[in-house]
This record gives sequence, C-alpha cells and structure tokens, in this order.
Amino acid sequence: MKHIVIIGNGISGITAARHIRKQTNHRITVISSETEHFFSRTALMYIYMGQMKFEHTKPYEDWFWKKNKIDLLKDHVQKINTTEKTIQLQSGNHIRYDSLLIAAGSKPNKFGWPGQNLKGVQGLYSYPDLQLMEENTKGITQAVIVGGGLIGIEMAEMLISRKIAVTFLVRENDFWDNVLPKQEASLISRHIRSHHVNLLLATELKEIVGDNSGRVQAIVTNKGEQIPCQFVGLTVGVSPNIDFLKESGIETKRGVLVNEFLETNVPDVFALGDCVERKYELPGRRTVEQVWYTGRMMGEVVAQTIAGQKTKYEPGPWFNSAKFFDIEYQTYGTVGNQLKQNESDFYWEHPIGMKCVHVVWDKITNQFLGINAFGIRLRHECFDRWLREKKSIDFVMNHLVEANFDPEFFERHEGEIVREFKKVGSRQSVV
Amino acid sequence: MKYLKPIGLSLFITGFAIFNFSFFWSSYQLTPTIVKLQIRDSVKASVFLQETTELTKNKTKSNFSFVNQLHAAFERINQTQVQNFSISDAEVERLASYNKEKFTLTSVDSVFNGSDEKNIFKRKAFKNYGSWLDGQPTIKDQLHHVADNIKKFGIVNQFGFDRYAVKDLTYSITKASSVSPVKENPTFFLFLTIGLCVIGALLYILPKWQLPLGIKNNGIFFNTMKNVQWLGILTGSWLIAFYVFLYFYPEYMTNWVIMVDPVSKFLNGGEAGRFFLYGFLYTLCILVMGIRMLINYRHSKYQILRTCSVMFFQTAFAFLIPEIMIRLNQPYFDFKNIWPLDYSFFFNNRLDSLLANGGLGIFMLVWGIALIVIAVPVLVYFFGKRWYCSWVCGCGGLAETLGDPYRQLSSKKLSAWKIERWMIHGVLVFAIVMTAGVLYTYFTNASWVLFFDSYKLREVYGAFIGAGFAGVVGTGFYPLMGNRTWCRFGCPLAAYLGIIQRFKSRFRITTNGGQCISCGNCSTYCEMGIDVRWYAQRGQNIVRSSCVGCGVCSSVCPRGVLNLEVKEEDGRFGKAILIGNNGITLAE
Repeated sequence: MKHIVIIGNGISGITAARHIRKQTNHRITVISSETEHFFSRTALMYIYMGQMKFEHTKPYEDWFWKKNKIDLLKDHVQKINTTEKTIQLQSGNHIRYDSLLIAAGSKPNKFGWPGQNLKGVQGLYSYPDLQLMEENTKGITQAVIVGGGLIGIEMAEMLISRKIAVTFLVRENDFWDNVLPKQEASLISRHIRSHHVNLLLATELKEIVGDNSGRVQAIVTNKGEQIPCQFVGLTVGVSPNIDFLKESGIETKRGVLVNEFLETNVPDVFALGDCVERKYELPGRRTVEQVWYTGRMMGEVVAQTIAGQKTKYEPGPWFNSAKFFDIEYQTYGTVGNQLKQNESDFYWEHPIGMKCVHVVWDKITNQFLGINAFGIRLRHECFDRWLREKKSIDFVMNHLVEANFDPEFFERHEGEIVREFKKVGSRQSVV
Repeated sequence: MKYLKPIGLSLFITGFAIFNFSFFWSSYQLTPTIVKLQIRDSVKASVFLQETTELTKNKTKSNFSFVNQLHAAFERINQTQVQNFSISDAEVERLASYNKEKFTLTSVDSVFNGSDEKNIFKRKAFKNYGSWLDGQPTIKDQLHHVADNIKKFGIVNQFGFDRYAVKDLTYSITKASSVSPVKENPTFFLFLTIGLCVIGALLYILPKWQLPLGIKNNGIFFNTMKNVQWLGILTGSWLIAFYVFLYFYPEYMTNWVIMVDPVSKFLNGGEAGRFFLYGFLYTLCILVMGIRMLINYRHSKYQILRTCSVMFFQTAFAFLIPEIMIRLNQPYFDFKNIWPLDYSFFFNNRLDSLLANGGLGIFMLVWGIALIVIAVPVLVYFFGKRWYCSWVCGCGGLAETLGDPYRQLSSKKLSAWKIERWMIHGVLVFAIVMTAGVLYTYFTNASWVLFFDSYKLREVYGAFIGAGFAGVVGTGFYPLMGNRTWCRFGCPLAAYLGIIQRFKSRFRITTNGGQCISCGNCSTYCEMGIDVRWYAQRGQNIVRSSCVGCGVCSSVCPRGVLNLEVKEEDGRFGKAILIGNNGITLAE
C-alpha cells in the first residue's frame, strides 16, 4: 500500500483519485487551497447568474469522500522535496508521498498593463475568483472585458444577466477567429452583439485608469478611446500554475514537462491536466491542453499506471464543446481557422443565422477531417468512429442524418445541408 | 412593453387579495325554507329548526361562527336522540335476566313491549344489530356491545345526523345561507378575482416573449419565490391551507364555490360543488402557466408539444367532458384517469353507477380496465413513462405548468432517493391491498377482510393518500420541495409505470459520448430529483424508474450531452465508459 498524493482537486486530480480508488487500496490524499470539495469549474458562471448554488456544482455529495476513503486536505503547497519525497504545506505540516500527482491547474494571464492591479480588475478561473467578482461587481453599471476567448464570453453573459453594461475588447477581427473559421467567428460576433454587448473588434487594452482610492474607473484602448467602467475582466487566456515547483527539481517550461506516460523527469512524480506541457507532439493538438475533457482523460491514464498497468496518454480524435450565449458549439476532428493547402471545406448557415455546419476534408484523399456545428447537436459516438475509421467526406455527408442529436420534433437540417453540399461539389468538380 | 409586468403584477395581487378577502365576506342567514330544502326528512328538519332558532332569527357575520353553531346544533340533536332512544343498562340487565341460559330474540319483544315510538325502535334495532346472538349462550358483555352499536350508529342514522350527513349538510346549508355581494353577483366577482388574476398573470408573462430564444434560468436562486425563501414559504403555506380547506373543511370556502356557480350552470346545468371549483381553478392554472411554459421554452418543439398536450388533456378530458357528462345524465368519468392513481375506480358506488348506466357505463368500465392492463405496459414499453406523466396526467400537467418555477427544489441527495423507493412502492402496495379489500367486500358483502375493515381501510387511504399526500403535500409543497413531490414519493401509478420503464422499455436518456462537463444543470433542474449528472459524466445512459421524460435536462444542458430517445432495448443502459480516451479499456 502506497501513499498517493494529488495536488489539485480539479477534474484531472479527482478523476485520477476516483480511478485509483476503484482499482487499488492505496492511501489517497488530495490537496487543494481553492476549495474543500471538488466542484465543476465549468459551472462557476451559473452560480453568479443565480442558476445554481455552489453545492449544485459538486459532482459528488460531501459524504462521498469519506465513504471512498479519499482524504481531502485544504492547504497550500509551498515546496516539494523530491529527494525525501515530502511536501511542505503553508500550515507548517509536511506530507510524505510514494507517488505524487501534480494537477495544479491554471491561473489567469496578465500582461503587465498599467493599472492591472487596481481594485475591480481581475481574471476568472477559480472559485475564489468568482467570490471576488461577486464583490467587485456589486452596484456597478459598466464593465469591460479584455480577451476574446471562451472565458471572456462567459463573463459577458454573467455580467449581462445582472444588467451590467458590457464592453468587450477583442484583439482579433472577429470573436475567436484565431480558432474558428471566418464564417463561424462572424456568426458568433453578430450573436454577441444581439445580446447588447458592445463588442469592439481589432481593439486592445492599453491602460487601466484608477481613481484616488485605487479603484478602476476607466480603461484606455490602443486606439486612444477612454471607456468608463467599474470592473475590468482580464480573460486573455490562462497559463499553467507552476510557480510552486521552482527549486523542486521538477522540469518545467510553460507547464510541467511530461512524456507520453505523463511522467516528469523525477521518478514517481506525474503531472496531469491544465498544468501539463507535453514534451512530444500529438498531431492536431497543442502541447498545453487546457480543456475539461483532456484533463479527465489524463486522470484516467495516470490512474491506470498507478494501479500497475503503465499506460500512455493516447487521446482519440479531438473534440470540444462550448456555448456562446444561446448558441451551442461542438467540434470533432480538426477544423482550423485557415484551410491548409490539402484541405477543402463546405459551409452551411441557416437563414436566421443561429445555426451552421462547417466540414473540412482532405481534397486529395477525400478523407473527412473535421466538423464544426453551431446550434445543431451532433452525436459524438458517430464522429469519433468515422474519424478513427478515416471515412470519406461523401460517406459522412450521406450518413449525416444518423449523427443528429437534437431532441425529438426539432427541425432537422441534414437533408438541406447534404443537398447544398452536393451542389457545391458538382460545381467544384466542373472546375 | 416594460410597464406590462408591473401592471400585471398589480392586477394579480388585486385579484388575489379580493379572492382571499371574499373568503370572509359573507353573512349567514338560515331560513326555514333553506332547512327544508337541505334536509329532506321533514321530521329531522323540524328538529333541526328548533335547535337553530338563533340562526334563523339573526344574521351571523362570520363563517367560522356560523359553522360552529351548526356543528353545535347537530351535536345537541344527536345527544338528545341518543338519550331518547338508547337502550339503558337497566334494560340490558332485564334482557340478560330474561335469557338465563340462551339468548332468544323473542325476549326482545317482552322487554320492549310498549307501543310507543321508543319501544318500537328499540325492538327493531336490537333485532337488527343483535340477530347474531340468537341461540347463543347469554353473555352480558355482548348485549352491552350491541346496545353500544345501536347508540353509536342506529340512533344517529335514524333520528339524528351521522358524521357524513353532518359534513355534507354543514357545507350545503352554509352555502345556501350565505348572504353576500358575491351571492348577488357571482359573475362580477368571478371576474374581479379569478379574472383579474388570469389577466394579471398573462400580462406578467407576455414580456418574456422579448427575451432571446433559449433557456433563461437567470436569477432563480436569488429569487424569494423559487428558492424556499419568504415568498415561496408564504405561497406554499397558502396552497397547503387551500387544500386543507378544500378536502376537510369546504364549508368555510362557500363564497369561492358560489363564484363559479355561473360556469357550472353553463357546463353541466347544476350548481357548483367544491370539486367543480377545484377543477376550474386547476384547469385555469394549467392553461395560464402553460402559456408561460410555451413562451419560456419556445425554442424547443418537444417542450411546446408536451405543454400543449397536458393543457389539452386537462381541459378536455379532466374538466369539460366529465362536466358535460353530468348534463347528459351520464356518470362523471375522466377517461384519462387510471387506477391506482384513480384509487376509487373499483369502489362499490362507482361500479354500481357504471353498471347501472347501460352500454356507456360498461364501456367506461372496460376502458378503465384496459388502460390499466394494456395501455400502461404497451405505451411505457414504446415511449417510456413520460407518455402519461408528462403528456397526459393531470398531476403531471399541473407540475409542468404551475410547478415549473419550482422544479429545481427537488432534492438530488442519495438519501432522498432511498426514501423515494421505499415510500412510492409502499403506497403502491397499500393501494393494491386496499382495492383488493374493496372488491372482496363488493362481491361477498363482508366488510371484514382478514384483520381489517375494508371500509375503514379505503377511508384511511382516501384521507391520507388521496387528499393529504396527493393534494395537500403534492401541490402545497411545490414551493418547498419541488413540483413533483407527489409523483416522486407517493403516486402508485407512477410506481407501476416506473417499474415497467425500468425493466421493459425502449426509452432512455442517451448521453452524448464524452461531452459532459459535470456542470450540474441537468441535476439541478431535474424535477424528479434524479442526479442526472452522475450518469452523464460517466458516459452512461440514464434509465430510472422515476424519470418522467420532461426533457428539461436536455433543454438546460449547455453542451448538447443529453437526449430523450426510444430505440431498440440493446444498449439501453449503456456502459460507463467515456469516448475519447484510446488508451483506456476500463474494467466493467
């Protein structure tokens, strides 16, 4: 029986703990300075919006941990001594481990803007961040959000739910067009504006201006525009949370460096989740993957290794999902924001403009490469299988109706999509 | 547009206030004519009039005071008659001394040998209640027992008022004696109360049309009505009080019943009763709050069709058709109500009524049995339990309309689930045993079955389950424990449907591969208190007895993870394995 210590009670750490518990009788301790219990970070926005309470975001009732003998420790890790295999905690205690799993997550980025440490300026990643935002947005009327990603748009939705006017600074020419193709990014930009967000594209933050009491009162953009506000949300991405690993001997760059078994350079020390940086390449995937799904997968992988069956991290075809105000997004495979040389694509949009489908395939081999869907639900199982089996674009389009996952009685669009695709296909073949 | 909401709220509050005030807004004047109309037995009517001279002389200003005085009068009459006609201990002693060895009924004639009314009654009563003693060895205690039964039941039934008669007459006399503006102009007050509430509610609801398409659950847990805070507690208390009065003390709410007399006369030709009032309000709530549902969920065809369905079935099948049947002198029959939810379907009075009404009555009986034996298993197999609980049922209809604002209050704790399974199946067993007892009594005329009295058992079931649980708790607890408390913990039909859904059905909620992010919206908004997330985050399908297929978990899911599906039974439960991780082949 070993002592498995997990730093971080997010999805990757807890997934590892659950699977280790299921397969072994090792002693398990999970350390977190953020919250006592595991909660779904993806649901933080709903607490602020009054759709849920914090307790609803916990995937497991509080009795679960004791019953499954997973010790939860609320403390902050200050130092790791890999020689002696001990962890030094802020409370002064030391913990000895046999295997250490670092699942320390991320922290919001800041890029050295003047005024970024004023009161009312913050990022949003953790539950304490949410509590701070609750405090910072009391009684305010105007907010500015900086950054054009998923957390930014969620923050916009949060603030608007409390009738706070939102100005959204996006560096790109359309929202998220560093990830999405132009058509989808444009659709989402229009939708954001329809929710009365003042979306400023191709605009960056230059400076944050405070009042005499050290509280934010305005921001200045790179175009010289001054925008009054009482809250600034910095949502320009997140970075691996690895500061506490200095002097530990554990190798880091942007994140904790790991091999395909999620092992670090130090024996019996693994890393998983948001804080990880892979030393090796996986096609179509970034080396730092800060996505709920990959965090969960890594937890499963490490647990197998701890249980005695050394396992590689081998994710299947890429998938992700999101929701932009009222428009749901699902993506399977690879759909870049720009077509590669060997790629062809087809785009369909509903006349109302809240639904679209974008498919990409290899124009040489005709192999289906990826799909984006907005406002239409698709069946993960179908696309996972079709991508693994390298199906052709024609096969995928002809079977698209099988992949619909919308509720009963919802309007189906597959027939129309396929007809449009064949028309475009014919035109292309003529050329 | 922005003023509609406050105007609507004002109208609703005004109408609601007048409605509540009208509860007390009546005087009561008893008249000999009313007494004679309500108490058909002229002797009893005469006795009653003598005991209520105060009420005929003076107007009574309070319904509580009036009812108390009626009760006191009934009590005095019964006591007097018991004194007049009861068999005294001395008379029992004389009977005993007459029959030293064996008891013979001829001795009754000897002891009660007078030709006056009292003796005639005593002779007849003792022969009726004590015939089982004839030829038996004389035991004094048994003679006393017979005398007690005559005192409790015989005298009161024949010369006084038994508790059923007291209950019915208190209500009908109070209603008839009511003197109030409502009585003079019921249509006007119907508009001023229920009408204003309906108009106000609709004005409050309509501005939601302006919101963007899609689920809007913002602010629910900040809301004092929807999060068991003061307004929710107040509303729940009011609902509980309403149901308690409706089922157990209807004599106090006669002004409310008088208000809907015009509607009742229009529909079935007669005056309204308390359950007409209830049916009318129930149907209106489903229609008005159904409109709210249609607006809130208008992005979802599934929710639109489901809501229209419950609105239709309540209005047509549960309210209009039965009322029109009365006008046509046919049995009052709700064609969509199914035993054991319709727990009185096999009661003797209902069976007799159906059998006495020719072909239509027989059809209703066969239809009712076919629903139980054929429709339930077949439709649950093909569609799941939702065909009834979310598309047809009256309780489900109210839960999905008036109850929708409270769906998030259903407890998702494991402990609640454990209580649920014991309680709902316990009620099912109770319903089956009670019905078996009733049928046994119907066919054998013996009320005593094994070790219980079937009349008593069905009375207990009716009061505690039919009225207390389904009504007082089931609806009164909407703002406190969510909109499906009855369906989840108490409904025996839901238990029956659920057993079939769990073991032999094509219905499941499919989990979309590995896309769950454990946000918990599905569990939070599950009205049946299922921890949907538990399954979804493991990639497992959801197959649960209690699921009523409302589809809201699918609607509130922000990542397209959940879908209500009917497919081949293979793979219904699904394996707890998440798509996406090639390196993992998890053990079962």
